[in-house]
Amino acid sequence: MNVTAAVLSLVAKLMSGCSVRWVDCQPETCQRIYFANHTSHLDALVLWASLPKQVRVLTRPVAARDYWEQDAVRRYIASSLNALLIDRENIKVHRSPVELMLQAIGDKYSLIVFPEGGRGTTDDMGEFKSGLYYLGKKRPDLELVPVFIDNLNRVLPRGEFLPVPLLSSITIGPPIWLETGESKTDFLVRAREAVRRLKDL
Amino acid sequence: MGCEPLLAAAAAQPRLNLPTLWLLGVVLVLLGFALAIGQTLKRQPEASIDHALLQRFNLRVRAWWIMYAILTAGFLLGRGWTVILFGFVSFWALREFITMTPTRRGDHRTLFWVFFVFTPIQYLLVGIGRMFVQPAGPVSGWFADLLGLRGIDFYGLYSIMIPVYASLFIPARIAVSGDSKRFLERSAKTQVGLLICVYSLSYAPALLHLDLQTYKPLPPPAAEDREADSLPSPPLTVAPSASSTGRRPWNEGSREGLLFYFILIVQLAELFQYAWGKLLGRRVIAPEINASRTWEGFLGGAATTGLLGALLWWVTPFRIWEAACMATATAVMGFAGCMTLSAIKRDRGVRDTGTLVQGHAGVLDRIDSLCFAAPVFFHLTRFYFSSSVW
Repeated sequence: MNVTAAVLSLVAKLMSGCSVRWVDCQPETCQRIYFANHTSHLDALVLWASLPKQVRVLTRPVAARDYWEQDAVRRYIASSLNALLIDRENIKVHRSPVELMLQAIGDKYSLIVFPEGGRGTTDDMGEFKSGLYYLGKKRPDLELVPVFIDNLNRVLPRGEFLPVPLLSSITIGPPIWLETGESKTDFLVRAREAVRRLKDL
Repeated sequence: MGCEPLLAAAAAQPRLNLPTLWLLGVVLVLLGFALAIGQTLKRQPEASIDHALLQRFNLRVRAWWIMYAILTAGFLLGRGWTVILFGFVSFWALREFITMTPTRRGDHRTLFWVFFVFTPIQYLLVGIGRMFVQPAGPVSGWFADLLGLRGIDFYGLYSIMIPVYASLFIPARIAVSGDSKRFLERSAKTQVGLLICVYSLSYAPALLHLDLQTYKPLPPPAAEDREADSLPSPPLTVAPSASSTGRRPWNEGSREGLLFYFILIVQLAELFQYAWGKLLGRRVIAPEINASRTWEGFLGGAATTGLLGALLWWVTPFRIWEAACMATATAVMGFAGCMTLSAIKRDRGVRDTGTLVQGHAGVLDRIDSLCFAAPVFFHLTRFYFSSSVW
């Protein structure tokens, strides 16, 4: 792991005062897709930083290329986190985001994804996009792990660049899988519910 | 310069004197014993003891032990470090406070000011106040020189900055952000958080730069000689006016000792109120707010604290009866702090700030009484026992 990533994750942890709870789920180096609600720019960084070191080096956050390639600083941060940048705008047929993700993880890496797409503007979670369903369908061996990120939107809300060091928490729940014959809509609703359920634990 | 003799007198004051070291040592050893007993009891497989209670006892003792160990380390490192230590405690408590109270998007930049401007400035002023009265080393002396601060007591600024300037700034900054929803409520939340967690607590380390005076008779010269053979006790010469009121500079005493006394009294007051409440608590004061605070616990606790505070008079500039009054006032204020924070927590629907976000020790839970007692203890001491007021 490089120095920038270590420094960034330390700063992120200090700023977000983040506490991590693993509920019915243990840190593992097996291949996983962590899917979480999206509330702040810090989400990916803080979630990534709160994984144990051995897991962290094998986990890549998925981020939007149009945002993270805007300037040199963001590019640098994205590369030091080993982020997987995905094009949101021009999606080509045989280079679809899901294909790219599967290609990138091979049989080694795990991913952090935010299935809502953009960051939510309200407190409520948005609908999940279908990427998670296709990931689960094409690689049934991947554990799909729900993560609920709480209070981080108050640390760094949308459109702000100075963080306020409140306390936040991350809850990592038991993995789910795509059931046989489960429809896309049903699965996405179930996945969203799995994240939301962690809020009340 | 008018303040030169004052500086000389203050410089002669020891940071940690014998009584202070005694008290620190005894408290740490006693807590160490309690820790050991708790751990031994925990290993007993017998169900003869209440394990839930024991666990609470162990956690509490461990928290106390860590707290006093850190405080002692701060004392040994120097006054600047002690102030910084309290600054961090304030910062963390404010963090818990604001996390607990809902704010809106429009408050974000105000909160940034509160965390990164007002909190550091308050502690910087408290720290500089110390540097002015007693230039501890070359760096702080140089710093005071650079800013030309030698003639200013920063008490005048740090005692009003948050209640006046921050209180005006906060609503104005929220107004500028353009969100009028629940405006007064949001301003009040931020103001109260800053006032309790930062302003009030900062009075505790501010004790470290008071020019303490005492009505106690001079210590016997024999003890003086034994400690400082080469130093012919110069401070005694700068107290010509002492005779008229019986008040003289408390040169033999340690201000760190006084701060430690204050913190110890606050903690003991909590302990005694709990114990009395358990023993014969019947009339609950406000069941809606805190079901475990009873009149019996409050009165018994305050009385016992007064008694114990009097017994520890020898670390303070107070005479025995004065120490009893100070300790009682501290206990009463500690109770007020505990009730207030209980009410805030009840309103927010959390039991402890520690359980607010899993895995964090609730700093605010530990310091609520300290926050309320500190300004009163400071001002009583400053008014009756310091040269700042004539």
